[in-house]
Amino acid sequence: MGKDVWVLVDHEAGAVRRITLELLGKAREIATALGGRAGAVLIGPSRDDTNTKLAAHGADVVLRAEGDGLGAYTTEAWTAVVSDAFRAHAPAALLVPSTAWGRDCAPRIAARLGAGIVTDVEDLAWETDHLVARRPMYTRKILATVALSGDGPQIAVVLPKVFPLPDAASDRVAEQVALPGRTSDREPRVRVLGRHEIKRERASLSEADIVISGGRGLRAPENFALLDGLAATLNGAVGSSRPPVDSGWVPHEYEIGQTGKTVSPTVYVAVGISGAPQHLAGMSGSKFIIAINKDQNAPIFQVASLGVVGDLFAIVPKLTDEIGKAKAAT
Amino acid sequence: MLNIVVCVKQVPDTEQAIRAKSDGSGIEESGLNWILNYYDEHAVEEALRLKEKHGGTVTVVAVGPQRATEAVRTALAMGADEGVLVTDPAIDGADGIGVARVLAKVIADLPFEVILAGRLATDDNAAVVGAALAELLDLPQATAISKLALDGRVATVDRELEGGSETLEVDLPAVFTVERVINEPRYPTLPGIMKAKRKEIKTHTLESLALDGAVGAAAARSRAVRFEAPPKRQAGQIMTPPTPEEAASAIVAFLQNDAKVI
Ligand SMILES: Cc1cc2nc3c(=O)[nH]c(=O)nc-3n(C[C@H](O)[C@H](O)[C@H](O)COP(=O)(O)OP(=O)(O)OC[C@H]3O[C@@H](n4cnc5c(N)ncnc54)[C@H](O)[C@@H]3O)c2cc1C
Repeated sequence: MGKDVWVLVDHEAGAVRRITLELLGKAREIATALGGRAGAVLIGPSRDDTNTKLAAHGADVVLRAEGDGLGAYTTEAWTAVVSDAFRAHAPAALLVPSTAWGRDCAPRIAARLGAGIVTDVEDLAWETDHLVARRPMYTRKILATVALSGDGPQIAVVLPKVFPLPDAASDRVAEQVALPGRTSDREPRVRVLGRHEIKRERASLSEADIVISGGRGLRAPENFALLDGLAATLNGAVGSSRPPVDSGWVPHEYEIGQTGKTVSPTVYVAVGISGAPQHLAGMSGSKFIIAINKDQNAPIFQVASLGVVGDLFAIVPKLTDEIGKAKAAT
Repeated sequence: MLNIVVCVKQVPDTEQAIRAKSDGSGIEESGLNWILNYYDEHAVEEALRLKEKHGGTVTVVAVGPQRATEAVRTALAMGADEGVLVTDPAIDGADGIGVARVLAKVIADLPFEVILAGRLATDDNAAVVGAALAELLDLPQATAISKLALDGRVATVDRELEGGSETLEVDLPAVFTVERVINEPRYPTLPGIMKAKRKEIKTHTLESLALDGAVGAAAARSRAVRFEAPPKRQAGQIMTPPTPEEAASAIVAFLQNDAKVI
């Protein structure tokens, strides 16, 4: 069995997502303990700073595949590149960001290689010869410990913000290894027709340090502007519980919980959200939870670090002002 | 005529309390209410809509204990035509790849152009089986799709990405896993429920599929070794400030002194 630990780089034309860097920190920690190296698997076109960024955050090796058929993410191309690289280099493990693309290709890679795979990982360690992960199950009413096995590769799909961003060391240099590009001569069976962005002014929901989430208590779509204002002063991102999505006030991309995203920001502000288990499943890993709710018996208060009973329509505008003032003063 | 296969799983209702067994080996199953996985309802609904539009048959396939026939019957009551259950004590302890192996074996003997599944099952949340099944059947895939349209032998699908979405063109036959926003599932009708009750559900074992030993705890490369209650979050301070100004000041003080983000 190999000693290296790889990270699959999730990026958009070379702009690396933060979660990739978080995983590089963990990969380096495990690889160092094994006496191996941290590798970053970079597929498709990159930018001038992509390599330096990966190296600075812990990659000892950057394994690159580019060229024909690798311009845009497709399951088949990424699965082929990673699986072939695995067979050629036999690393001990692969850490995959839990993003749309990571979740899409990781199980396929595992099936191709006959590998053990664990998803929604919140904690990870290497024990003797295998990965041991902790992950929530059953609407986060259970925390499960999952052990991978087998002498083949082991794959962990890891949630955003569960590992800290490693300190960047800008003088670090990574060895470059070229991976073969697309080797199949089969016509691609999936073709990307287009990509559409949902404009967000600031950090994305899963990467933000502060998330402001609105629930049914917001009453109408236009009231989400209150949360946008608050998020702007805190440089945070806006999310929601499920009812605002079902009512069409915000896109599904905003939803947090069992049928939405799992987020673990430093601060999660729940505004007009009651705190149903399916919602808690997506945010109770947050470091601090602040709840604003007019019902003092709302279950959200049972998990809140700070619970404020009151009318959100009165409190949120005042809060935005006060934060503005506090920031101006410092 | 379209042949559509839907993979379904039976899971505990997420509304109820779930407790780990005292020895941590699993969850306490007695008294639990079991239902068709939430996302699978959306997958069945999408299959029925395709059938209504293009004509064809919908076959649901489940892997699980005997009680999982109820999940198959729910799908039949919604309007699916045929039900298949693979049940075998030896499947206990199989990982997602193992379940995909079973499904691949069953589905390989069925006619199909479209295979649908939920984006994930709300019990273990793994989101592994759909993509693994596509690999084992050597089919193209699109996971967590929010829209599906067919034109002849080609599907056009949308899927959500971080902060956006993508539109893909996928050659059939293919495997699709569905996001909840793809549709609003129908409720089973009373005649549907009656019909589903009488319907024969075909059952398989690992032996009848010639999968003895290939699937199960020994073949699994991923195993949940301990189940426990998550650490309880400490409820912090709850206050009822008399004015919005005081509420705002309290939150600002918390952001500065406790969370240290401003
Ligand atoms: C299978 C399944 C999956 C689900 N997945 C999810 C999921 O992923 N995410 C999710 O969020 N939900 C999910 N749900 C739904 C979940 O059960 C709850 O229904 C939902 O979370 C409730 O959203 P809410 O708190 O915004 O609304 P409500 O429960 O209606 O709460 C609204 C809150 O706003 C407060 N409020 C109202 N007006 C004001 C005001 N002026 N000022 C202050 N407070 C006010 C009220 O006191 C109340 O507490 C799921 C359900 C099922 C069955």
